[in-house]
Amino acid sequence: MPTAQGAGKADSAVVRDALGVGLAVGLSGFAFGVTSVGNGLSLLQTCALSLLVFTGASQFALVGALAGGGNPVTAAAGAFFLGVRNAFYGLRLSQLLQLPRAVRPFAAHWVIDETTAVTLAQPTRRARRIGFTVTGLTLYVLWNLTTLLGGLGAEAIGDTDAWGLDAAAPATFLALLAPMLRTATERAVALLAIVLGLVLLPVLPAGVPVLVAALAAPLVLFVEGRKIRARERNDR
Amino acid sequence: MNIWLAIALTAAGCYAVKLLGLLVPAGVLERPLVQRLAALLPVALLAALTAQQTFAEGQQLVLDAKAAGLAAAGVAFLLRAPFLLIIAAAVLVTAGVRALG
Repeated sequence: MPTAQGAGKADSAVVRDALGVGLAVGLSGFAFGVTSVGNGLSLLQTCALSLLVFTGASQFALVGALAGGGNPVTAAAGAFFLGVRNAFYGLRLSQLLQLPRAVRPFAAHWVIDETTAVTLAQPTRRARRIGFTVTGLTLYVLWNLTTLLGGLGAEAIGDTDAWGLDAAAPATFLALLAPMLRTATERAVALLAIVLGLVLLPVLPAGVPVLVAALAAPLVLFVEGRKIRARERNDR
Repeated sequence: MNIWLAIALTAAGCYAVKLLGLLVPAGVLERPLVQRLAALLPVALLAALTAQQTFAEGQQLVLDAKAAGLAAAGVAFLLRAPFLLIIAAAVLVTAGVRALG
């Protein structure tokens, strides 16, 4: 990066990075609004999710689970487990941003994939704080605005399936997932989770198969750990 | 009412984990195994959700236009298309296949 030289980076360059990410992702609130109303949630419920949950994958997961007939607790559990990654983002961000304690409860609402990505990419504390704030604000405003517009649009269209809009949610999951599949471990986890999720779907209550599929992560880690230990034994 | 309960639980839970990360002292969550698990958990959940929402209608497995739409999204990703274009590809191809079928 030619702009990230020495001690700093121009504030305007940070703002530009942050706005770029905030605008691009903020627009995908349309897809959420359409999906949520298309799946039978009211406009008010749809907007409440974007205002109060504000972490896209969890919102899509909750709406999908409710539409599939899941009970509220299992549906919320799936959405919650998807949100757990934000705790680890917060851990990194609290070191990088050095926020005063009183500000943290407010900043917490914006601790998500995109704000973390922009913040981590900045060279100084000042740039990180600007990056976090501008990305968070842009994304929060746009995500909620486009959720509302998407929901209104879905109400106006009526049959959202005829427009292929039911493909928006799985495509969003795919777009989030694909960049994560970097090594054989991630691919093994994904493959096992797909098999578990599909095979168990017809036999377990709605919402539960996703939670069981999440066990693919510890299972693959366990097998991987055993392999490494076995190799170490053989080396001795 | 059930839907509002689910919304309240999700909002409270998701906010709590966000805040937790900002408040706990560094080191508590920094064990390598915990970090590995935290990175892999979304992979498992997103993979299962992608598959289910593509190949299921309620509790039934189905193969319909959405599969073609998701294949298009996969191609768009491989061509390094931006996030919104990946979703647009899925929606347009799904609608197209339905219109033809």
